[in-house]
Amino acid sequence: MKFGIKTIAATALCLGLAATAVTAQDAVVQKREQMMKQVGASMGALGGIAKGEKPFDADVVKTALTTISADMKAFPDQFPAGSEANSAAAPAIWDNMDDFKAKAAKLAGDADTILASMPADQAGVQEAVKTLGANCGTCHQTYRLKR
Amino acid sequence: MASTWSKIAAAGVAVIAIGAGAAWALTKPDPHPDSYWADLGEPDLPNGEQIFWAGGCAGCHAATGAEGDALKVMSGGRALPSPFGTFHIPNISPDPQAGIGRWTLAQFGNAMTRGVGPGGEHLYPSFPYGSYARMVPKDVNDLFGYLKTLPASSNVAPGHELGFPFNIRLAVGGWKFLYFNDQPRVELASADDKVKRGQYLVEGPGHCGECHTPRNALGGFEAGKWLAGGPNPEGKGTIPDITPGGDIGSWSEADIANYLETGFTPDYDSAGGSMVEVQKNMAHLPKSDLEAIAAYLKAVPSQ
Repeated sequence: MKFGIKTIAATALCLGLAATAVTAQDAVVQKREQMMKQVGASMGALGGIAKGEKPFDADVVKTALTTISADMKAFPDQFPAGSEANSAAAPAIWDNMDDFKAKAAKLAGDADTILASMPADQAGVQEAVKTLGANCGTCHQTYRLKR
Repeated sequence: MASTWSKIAAAGVAVIAIGAGAAWALTKPDPHPDSYWADLGEPDLPNGEQIFWAGGCAGCHAATGAEGDALKVMSGGRALPSPFGTFHIPNISPDPQAGIGRWTLAQFGNAMTRGVGPGGEHLYPSFPYGSYARMVPKDVNDLFGYLKTLPASSNVAPGHELGFPFNIRLAVGGWKFLYFNDQPRVELASADDKVKRGQYLVEGPGHCGECHTPRNALGGFEAGKWLAGGPNPEGKGTIPDITPGGDIGSWSEADIANYLETGFTPDYDSAGGSMVEVQKNMAHLPKSDLEAIAAYLKAVPSQ
């Protein structure tokens, strides 16, 4: 009987730990997906101006570029070992972590460079979208599943 | 008695021979006659380059990770994993030894549209001649002319690594008998010129269905599932359904054309996986062609 209680307690403990681990992992997946959505939304804001659907607005452009830069600097830290389950993250990320980090840093750097010489009109934003946009596919080609 | 047995044996041999003969007749390599490729004249090189990008040649035949001008070096060597084994992509640069520098237009054209190699052998359908079969001879001639202007490479790719029975080239004849044809993939009731141009690009050179249509265990397209997507045959992930009822059903024609031009979805997500290369190739096409592809994708039946 004593043994039974111990077993139950140990099992409960294990389950509790496992549940915590799962929650932590879900949280990190959620966080990095949130970051990607912010980057996507920022690209959308720039794209709207580039396409002429929205008027040029320096504040919007600055916010978008700042968001992309900040998110991409923190992005690679959201991929602890074993956090690939239930996500679109390709296993190749963990096989090539240095390259993955370099690609994130490249996008952050591109955003910083553009920030330093702020686009002044629609044509400038079009150039920026081209420069930044090239990073999306290059990284997603190798490191994102689906699509 | 002995004569009865020998008669039966002879009859058996005859039956087998007739069967084998019939099987050979149905499955032997079947190139177009030389006259089909004659009198096409000087190739139109700018059109050849358009076909080069529409056909995605660089996607397989350039070296892994190639960008910029390196995309025009058709050295081959890339490995293409599949459920049947690993294919190693050949060199199609103008090098006379390692590439296709000595090929005639008929040899090139029959490889492209009939899946028949320069020695009269079957080619594996990992090379998407099942789609290229729909290409008009002029485009093949223009493409061949354009490929000859690209840099030569002396790279020699290793042979394919396929399991039994897929390593038997003759068996490809059976596959062709079952699945190979040059007919339209879908009949479109009232297609205008724009949709027809899109149909040509998607079903022919663009070979979109090679990934976007699910395959059965023998590698043939599943009936009634044209462009319906499915598991990724090259590995993890899934291929989207690109019919109007599928994953991009909510996109407008302009959204589809813009995606092919820029790589961005309507909500500024980006292309990923193999589609990144495809999109970068498609971005070389004139806007009118991208709009034609979009119009066709809106005209095909939902699956």
